[in-house]
Amino acid sequence: MKDSFVEKRYSRTHHAGRRNFLIQTAVGGSGLILGLYLPQIARADASFVPEMNAWIVIKPDDTVIIRMARTEMGQGTLTGLAQLVAEELDCDWSKVTTERVSPQDNLKRKNAWGQMLTVGSFGIRFSQDVVRRAGAAARLMLLQAAAQEWKVPLSELSVANSLITHTGSGRQISYGKLADAAAKVTPPDSKGLILKKPEEWKLIGKSVKRIDTFDKLDGSKTYAVDVKLPGMLNAILIASPIFGAKLLKIDATLASSMPGVKKIAVIGDHAFTVIADTWWHAKAASEKVIPSWDEGDLHLKSSSTIAAYLRTGLTTKTGLFSFRDEGNAISAIAGSVKQVEATYSAPFLAHATMEPMNCTAMVTTDRAEIWVPTQDPEGALLATSRTSGIAIEKCIVHRFDPGGGFGRRGRVSDYVVYAVQIAQQMPGIPIKMIWTREEDMTHGQYRPISMCKMTAGLDANNRLIGMHVRLSGQSIYAWRNPNENLVGFKDNSQVQGWQGDPKSDQQLVYQVPNLLIEYAMRNTHVPVGTWRGVNIPQNAFYMETFIEEIARAAAQDSLEFRRSITRLPKQLAILNLAAEKAGWGKPLPKGVFRGIAQFMSYAAYSAAVVELSLNKKSGEVKVHRVVLAVDCGYAVNPGQIAAQVEGSIVYGLSAVMWGECTVERGRIKQTNFDNYRVLRLAEMPKVETYIAPTGGSVWGGIGEPTIAVVAPAVVNALSLATGKFIRDLPIKNQVMT
Amino acid sequence: MTKLIVNGRSFDVQVEPDTPLLWVIREQIGLTGTKFGCGIAQCGACSVYLNGQLMRSCIYKFSMLKNGDQITTIEGLSENRSHPVQKAWAEVDVPQCGYCQSGQIMAAADLLKRKPNATNRDIDDAMTNICRCGTYQRIREAIHVAVGLAKKPANV
Repeated sequence: MKDSFVEKRYSRTHHAGRRNFLIQTAVGGSGLILGLYLPQIARADASFVPEMNAWIVIKPDDTVIIRMARTEMGQGTLTGLAQLVAEELDCDWSKVTTERVSPQDNLKRKNAWGQMLTVGSFGIRFSQDVVRRAGAAARLMLLQAAAQEWKVPLSELSVANSLITHTGSGRQISYGKLADAAAKVTPPDSKGLILKKPEEWKLIGKSVKRIDTFDKLDGSKTYAVDVKLPGMLNAILIASPIFGAKLLKIDATLASSMPGVKKIAVIGDHAFTVIADTWWHAKAASEKVIPSWDEGDLHLKSSSTIAAYLRTGLTTKTGLFSFRDEGNAISAIAGSVKQVEATYSAPFLAHATMEPMNCTAMVTTDRAEIWVPTQDPEGALLATSRTSGIAIEKCIVHRFDPGGGFGRRGRVSDYVVYAVQIAQQMPGIPIKMIWTREEDMTHGQYRPISMCKMTAGLDANNRLIGMHVRLSGQSIYAWRNPNENLVGFKDNSQVQGWQGDPKSDQQLVYQVPNLLIEYAMRNTHVPVGTWRGVNIPQNAFYMETFIEEIARAAAQDSLEFRRSITRLPKQLAILNLAAEKAGWGKPLPKGVFRGIAQFMSYAAYSAAVVELSLNKKSGEVKVHRVVLAVDCGYAVNPGQIAAQVEGSIVYGLSAVMWGECTVERGRIKQTNFDNYRVLRLAEMPKVETYIAPTGGSVWGGIGEPTIAVVAPAVVNALSLATGKFIRDLPIKNQVMT
Repeated sequence: MTKLIVNGRSFDVQVEPDTPLLWVIREQIGLTGTKFGCGIAQCGACSVYLNGQLMRSCIYKFSMLKNGDQITTIEGLSENRSHPVQKAWAEVDVPQCGYCQSGQIMAAADLLKRKPNATNRDIDDAMTNICRCGTYQRIREAIHVAVGLAKKPANV
């Protein structure tokens, strides 16, 4: 995190985590049920809590509380991380519960939990080592406490399921009874601890059920949109529909007399809010506010002007970032026997999390407090402080598990800024801002738009001798750093997945003797951000559909051609596994076609085979089956990995079939699920997941890498069905009848 | 003033006629298990039963409600998550983020009420709620599990 406050040093002493609990109470007479959040009184003395270390608290009844820094937003990281801790702790899994760490506690305790940001498939892969060491350290402290208690050597003790046994005497004591004593043991140097070997794992690798399911079954889980606070008001935010346009004035004459309205105010230079007693009142009144926008000439921007601008990046000879230049691709292709050329495009995409953007905030003269669903608690804390002008030590973030994230709630805290600005309108009063779906969809941090021109040359033996990749499109980095001088800027993240460095966790899997990869930055006025997989889904679509075109030009089988040029052994094994499980080469029912794709990203190797059919009368595409194989290094919870693969396929299929955000008169045209179609259950193919972890020193991701192969595998099957290559997403725009 | 029976409890509600039932449930009754997702009856996160009928409460206006109307929300589906659909959801480990699941469960329970032997085709037709996490395959599996659970005697 570029501007992370955790880089600073703070001297405040720590105290036990400030937590909140919900009490449900029926308020007499009104019949209303109110849930009140009451801050638990912070204890001044940490010894009240038998805390083994920052991550683990053990209670007298043997309950193990594992504190979680990363965000659980559906991806299952909470369960996986708890398994990692419990494995090393050797505790009773049935007694494990979790708490969410707050960024202010992390700040007070000098970054005790490390990075909290949950993007880039970080959850397991970048926390596994620290949380396993926390478990191992606590286990050792408990053993030492038992050894002291019984006055026996450590070597005579064994432990399983939260129960320590003295081998000689058969005496036993549970973790809960030792917790207080163990909390006083000097913690070991965690770097010196020897962790269990994979073959010793009992809990890691098991498909235990998620530990956060039950309150999702009866409506009792509290999401940030459900927060209720004493005296709370509700707010609507309406930002300029055209990105970059300014709000000149609002006419609130009609709106201010609407029921329940408390305040109508301009927010910043491009938005306004209606604050009311209920959200519905705020929304109803917001429709009566008449804003005047200064659009400048931004209304002249459209998908076609943006496309024309991106096309200039495909041919320009200047301002290029030459990312890989190996051999001489241009001359190799020019001198080749057969040339293949194709230009592809991928649109802006909205995240469309089920829970719309929202945040509740309260600002007083010396305190700012927010209740927020976020993938970036520290960023949210920083945004709260910066927006309110209140010192970060006096800001409080109450984290809620987001109702979906997919990157929208990571690193960008735009909705926090608005909520704090709204709260500043009425100091001392908590105000809950919930965006309408329309506001959410038209004010996203969209997956960047791009185009890619690909050229390749084959020799007389149909071998690939050269490839030239010219990517043109918008940069996430540039959007997020508008004041930086980007002349000659090397934006590695836009060419994600095409790295050549053998240490990279996202390498181009192919060996190409003459290779030129160039990027032309073409920024638009549309905000862009990290969408599940970031730039991997687009770059995998370009590469894997083009490889398919080359294979067909070479008159080779799609699988065999890929095998012949795949240079990474782990990737090759996964490609073969997907092909084998899918029955590659075996006959299919009439009208059913197969497509294959592979990609490496986030230190995981993925391959997929898709089976689909096309109704040539209606143009309707039906995906019947997806076989996806993945090597993510280590499989902490195969059941949850399968769930993430299913999720990647649903998210990826929605995008490849129908997903696009187009620009008309400067604004995003798609507003809701009626014109931004997403996959529904009846369209869900049969998904078969094969997990083949090969270990090693690197742990891979799951949530993002497995989406990469979805679009190209679909398109490669569909181009067999239609008899023509599909180069522009989404496929709904293709005439297929 | 309209008397509504929500999960068996009586509430007198007075709001503007165009207020959607969803916001009556969330802001007047105070039950937040029913979720706001789209506001145009596309996603189904707001699914409840009105007099036993599954419906999307985000577009059903208060003015259309009658005195004594019975509303069941996810909180009132069962005691202690004991409905076969809820049990099946736990057994199959369906939810990811969980935000849409109140609506999914209400839709699935309604399907089983109407079609105790629901087939894949029935599931396709009935389960039109949106899940962005992508739990559809598990929802299908869980409904099949629930069909089996619902047939077992209650005390087994």
